[in-house]
Amino acid sequence: MLELQNVSRSVGGEKHIIDVSLTLERGSLNVLLGPTLAGKTSLMRLMAGLDVPTSGRILMDGKDVTGVPVRKRNVAMVYQQFINYPSFTVYENIASPMRIAGHSKAEIEMAVHKAAELMKLTPFLDRTPLNLSGGQQQRTALARALVKNAELVLLDEPLANLDYKLREELREELPRIFAETGAIFVYATTEPHEALLLGGRTATMSKGRVTQFGETTEIYRQPHDLLTARTFSDPPLNVMDFTKTGTRFASPNGVVFDAGPAFSGLPDGAYRGGIRPHHLAFETGDGGFEAQVVLTEVTGSETFVHADVGDDSIIALVHGVRRIEPGDHIRLSFDPAKILIFDEHGNATSASARQAA
Amino acid sequence: MARIRLDHIRHAYSRALGDAGIYALREVDHAFEDGGAYALLGPSGCGKTTLLNIISGLLTPSEGNVYFDDRDVTELTPEARNIAQVFQFPVIYDTMTVRQNLAFPLKNRKVPAAEIKTRVEDMIRRIGLEAKADRKARGLTADEKQKISLGRGLVRSDVNAILFDEPLTVIDPHMKWQLRSELKQLHREFQMTMVYVTHDQTEALTFADKVVVMYDGEVVQIGTPEELFERPKHTFVGYFIGSPGMNVLPCRMEGGEAVVSDIRIALPGSPIGFHSGQKTELGIRPEFVEIVGRNDGIPVTVEKVEDVGSERIVRATLAGTRLSAIVPEGASIPADAAVRFAPDALNLYADSWLVERV
Amino acid sequence: MEKTWNNKAWFMVLPVLLLVAFSAVVPLMTVVNYSVQDTFGNNQFFWAGTSWFQDILTSARFHDALIRNLMFSGIILAIEIPLGILVALSMPKKGFWVSVCLVLMALPLLIPWNVVGTIWQVFGRTDIGLLGYSVAALGIDYNYVRDPFDAWVTVIVMDVWHWTSLVVLLCYAGLVSIPDAYYQAAKIDGASRWAVFRFIQLPKMGRVLLIAVLLRFMDSFMIYTEPFVVTGGGPGNSTTFLSIDLVKLAIGQFNLGEAAAMSLVYFLIILALSWVFYTVMTNAGADKPLTGVSE
Repeated sequence: MLELQNVSRSVGGEKHIIDVSLTLERGSLNVLLGPTLAGKTSLMRLMAGLDVPTSGRILMDGKDVTGVPVRKRNVAMVYQQFINYPSFTVYENIASPMRIAGHSKAEIEMAVHKAAELMKLTPFLDRTPLNLSGGQQQRTALARALVKNAELVLLDEPLANLDYKLREELREELPRIFAETGAIFVYATTEPHEALLLGGRTATMSKGRVTQFGETTEIYRQPHDLLTARTFSDPPLNVMDFTKTGTRFASPNGVVFDAGPAFSGLPDGAYRGGIRPHHLAFETGDGGFEAQVVLTEVTGSETFVHADVGDDSIIALVHGVRRIEPGDHIRLSFDPAKILIFDEHGNATSASARQAA
Repeated sequence: MARIRLDHIRHAYSRALGDAGIYALREVDHAFEDGGAYALLGPSGCGKTTLLNIISGLLTPSEGNVYFDDRDVTELTPEARNIAQVFQFPVIYDTMTVRQNLAFPLKNRKVPAAEIKTRVEDMIRRIGLEAKADRKARGLTADEKQKISLGRGLVRSDVNAILFDEPLTVIDPHMKWQLRSELKQLHREFQMTMVYVTHDQTEALTFADKVVVMYDGEVVQIGTPEELFERPKHTFVGYFIGSPGMNVLPCRMEGGEAVVSDIRIALPGSPIGFHSGQKTELGIRPEFVEIVGRNDGIPVTVEKVEDVGSERIVRATLAGTRLSAIVPEGASIPADAAVRFAPDALNLYADSWLVERV
Repeated sequence: MEKTWNNKAWFMVLPVLLLVAFSAVVPLMTVVNYSVQDTFGNNQFFWAGTSWFQDILTSARFHDALIRNLMFSGIILAIEIPLGILVALSMPKKGFWVSVCLVLMALPLLIPWNVVGTIWQVFGRTDIGLLGYSVAALGIDYNYVRDPFDAWVTVIVMDVWHWTSLVVLLCYAGLVSIPDAYYQAAKIDGASRWAVFRFIQLPKMGRVLLIAVLLRFMDSFMIYTEPFVVTGGGPGNSTTFLSIDLVKLAIGQFNLGEAAAMSLVYFLIILALSWVFYTVMTNAGADKPLTGVSE
């Protein structure tokens, strides 16, 4: 179990990591989700022991490892740029951590072949990394991490430089392969979609802080604050200001909805509401609200409708192919039970916690 | 604005490779219409960047010609062809300010100063960098730098086409949405021929009117996003487009019906133009696979259900072959699940190519 | 990145530390000691305090030598840096000829410095030297032994021949690291050759140029062997640089106290000027990039 207690790190006056506390269990898959410069890499470097925190403690299975350098910890790390020893063959690359640890030749042979098979590298064992494709190079780096049998495996956006389809394939294989080793698995990514596909637990990060940490689907459905909700949205979350009076929420751009049982308990006042793009649908009747289309993007099975609602810009994701001219007026509506309500500072209200999926 | 025609283009990286028959581009014969938005989509190594460089003039093809309208530009340099290119990483002049960066191509072409001023101011406003117009370009964020790269291309009035080489690679997912829609709006406004290279299907499908799907140096299919989605001409296109890609089930043909492991599936229309002896497969996209109760469809074994927020992906096996289905958010999956295929979405493939039907 | 603490590494460094201590630190301390004494090296010391320093800083001889050094370094930098950049720009970036060019460039740097001096000493003679003979044949009156101007020209040309390659190699390394896309974008923008140089190549070579300038400045300011071998400081004292003057004091006149003081002053001047160069060059065009999340 890896525990971070109030870990902070500042470099030259700049705060890279601010007061992070996390507990990562053995055999768990943890995702660090956030935009670039949110602090994901800095946090992983602290977990690995490549950097020392300016304050706070790091404990591994109860033992304080805060100052312990990375060589003494049992850590494996894979980077975005496929990092392999360029002059070694794939076999030697994968074998390198075991050679350094001093294992016997027979042990090395067995472990390398096993890892190569898991990462589908067996036909390439004699090649050098330069003669491999991007996907194969990254698989080599992953196999090397696997063979180390580390307690903590850190993957820093490992699939970002790979083709979209290759990414899908590897993304499916990775959790399965590493779950069997029982290690603590930490995966950094900028894409919410990837976090959802990986499952496990997610820590959303923004500007050096962890805004929320928990079961991935739970964070997605019940974010504690607007920042987490935004980080976890792709396409971007539609956010509007609302004022609650009695049983209705109304926004200055004309969007109105009933408070319903979920929100009627909230005090009247100003709130911020987030609506996910796929919760917006075309309204056939005269409910809903009016919007003016700016642009449509068709992906073959779905359409992204970019529209203006008063002063706000929104994106709606609707099924099927809709070709609408920019400038056209349309009516959209959503299920009030799906809206995420936060107070005016962006923090969750008591009602948000009670919301169902 | 120009109509770009590629006439029997083939390209090998060296004479030796060409003689050995190793071509980076096998045969491309296609016209990009004036003012159209095109995407070249394919995995790494498929030749899309090579093709882009041939269009821009950075590369001269080993065989074949490139025509802009009716002019043969095969031997011309990029600036002589009047094209603009946006690269994978932002290429800006560090020591110049935003304003100077945008004015640079105009200055080099000896455009009168007053016109430079109007065009540059207009472009700064369009790309939303008014607040930073006098800052040195070096200090900006990645997406702002890419916008400058783009602006430099658009600021010229005589541009025949704008070419994009995976321009959103270094951009954050959030900014990608904004940049993409800005690109699309710019296309509407300027009506310029735009060719966009990417390996990301969402980028390709949302940007382009027509997508050119490439694989291993060849063009596999050219079509609108709907065409590529509903009627992929090759199983590769079915696989590459869509997340997850199309399900491909090996089948036997018996009397005009497909048989997948003893289960007969009726096909819409009658397939024409294939013969026995070919490897037949049935293609159906996960979006068109419905999960129903045991008695209402073909039984499957559910391996895993993935929740991706806006929908759920059901990973199952049907007679030993993997099958994915997309179900709406919050839908329940019965323990004894079965699948039903939307009949109109079934595609039959012989030797991986689509079999047309009447 | 904070380096982790590993004490074992100190053992590997220990022999070097001892060596440096003996060959540099201890002698330096000795020099400092001598600089405040009046001595002729026969173990007799008379306290002189700061009198040597005062003498030096007010002596015309010192000032003249200093000015010669500054002029020399200035001319050297003005010739070698642009020339080095030019040659680096003309070198091929890919292919067979790259290694040939690199070897050719490295050759002058490999020759021992006194041999360089000897080469040019012979080369410049009007009777047996190729250069001297050709120049004389053209009707120009060239004699580096008698004419101060000719002596300067010879010394400068020698230094340029010897050291421009260093600038070339450094600039070449900087140039080679520029990605192709920049050149392609410039082509598409219709940039002229000069514009490509000014806006792409020069900025990207910035770091490397800084090193080249610093190295050349320090070395040229300390120059001793080559001019000494060729001209011996003459004719008269027209090419007597600070280093040559210093050696005359120490070894010629055995005025160790004054020599020690002078070497300290010399050292401090180089240090100060190098610091100035460095600060000016790193601050020129240093625009701190924006940090923070892109929102």
